[in-house]
Amino acid sequence: MIAVIDYGAGNTASVANVLDELKTDYIITNKENDLCNAQKIILPGVGEASFTVKRLHLLNLFSFLRLIHKPVLGICLGMQLLCEHSEEGNASCLGVFDLSTKKFDKLMGKVPHMGWNKIEIIKESKLFSGIMDKSYFYFAHSYYVPNNKYSSSQCEHGIVFSVSIERDNFYGVQFHPEKSGEVGIKLLKNFIELC
Amino acid sequence: MVAKRIIPCLDVKEGKVVKGTNFVNLRDAGSAVELAERYYLEGADELVFLDITASSDKRKILIELVKEVAKVIRIPFTVGGGISELNDIDNLLKAGADKVSLNTSIVINPELITKASRQFGSQAIVAAIDVKKNDGRYQIFIKGGREAVQLEGLAWCKETAERGAGEILLTSMDRDGTKSGFDVEFLSQITKAVSIPVIASGGAGTKDHFLEAFKNADVDACLAASLFHYQELEISDLKQYLQENGVQTRK
Repeated sequence: MIAVIDYGAGNTASVANVLDELKTDYIITNKENDLCNAQKIILPGVGEASFTVKRLHLLNLFSFLRLIHKPVLGICLGMQLLCEHSEEGNASCLGVFDLSTKKFDKLMGKVPHMGWNKIEIIKESKLFSGIMDKSYFYFAHSYYVPNNKYSSSQCEHGIVFSVSIERDNFYGVQFHPEKSGEVGIKLLKNFIELC
Repeated sequence: MVAKRIIPCLDVKEGKVVKGTNFVNLRDAGSAVELAERYYLEGADELVFLDITASSDKRKILIELVKEVAKVIRIPFTVGGGISELNDIDNLLKAGADKVSLNTSIVINPELITKASRQFGSQAIVAAIDVKKNDGRYQIFIKGGREAVQLEGLAWCKETAERGAGEILLTSMDRDGTKSGFDVEFLSQITKAVSIPVIASGGAGTKDHFLEAFKNADVDACLAASLFHYQELEISDLKQYLQENGVQTRK
């Protein structure tokens, strides 16, 4: 069973809709007990970083998520929460990846980075199994994770930055697979079946 | 580089599409859900739903529609029409909408943009702006174009961006329904003045109109309704044409 963490993120329903389509057994929850019983965890994310970090503390899930050993997929803000720090609200995040999230410079390109952009797969990854390099994914964000050693894909919007990170059991994607048509569904399927 | 977007717009009333459509093989010609799915499969990059009932007692029907739409499409969509409360926005986003478009409510209460973008993120807040050219200046209209207000077009666009709107949906009331092309002149003033994405609306009639808006006004997306509803233009043909003419699109 997959646990989708419910902390008020805007895209929870859309992630659940894809899991329904894939006929995956899942639960939308913020209870530690449910997370313990799940095989994998999805951390969705639409919202503001510091506000969301507070929510995770209030739900008593912060330490739990840092130390977990089962596969975790963070989406959009969920990926940024897996990093150490975010410029958005100067938030101290989960710190699974020793990375910082920065705000796009509007001199480099429009902010938010909104719409469909091609990603370049730079490392072999189970998440991208069967997904063509240079596929279009849907993005909607104002903060980004700079390129780093955990990157498995990158994208260009004024600068080239990291759009997926992986380390051990932790995965993060900056785009919204639940809103990226067929390739997005494939990526979520890969997480469920291969990771 | 982010691709230029093509956005079909659906006017809905109590869950049904109100502008007629020529789609003969829909089980229910007025079904917003079926039309949404069709556009998704045809390669639309995004959809916009404008609820023209826009009264609070009908809000529940709209929420149900949003839930149904979110079940069948895997592309982002925006919902607008009569939204004036943070609570409305929260409910629509939780039902599966990606963005809300705000028009009259933000003119009356500009602080709503600030509050909403802080709570939900700028990417979820679209400033919908209706303008009409009057003696060489662009005047803002609210309440579905029925009421003029004392706001100048470009100044209001800048203010919405500064307050945290994530996107501007600019509708030219002069061009709307005329099929004479987008208001490229005003759109290019806006794209130069703000650093958030701009969606052109009002006036789409031919493929060249889209090309012109992307190339000459540097808009990020173009929106059209009847052109797609009546199948006067196929999304795939339009995208192919744009690509052949140097505009990057998805597929």
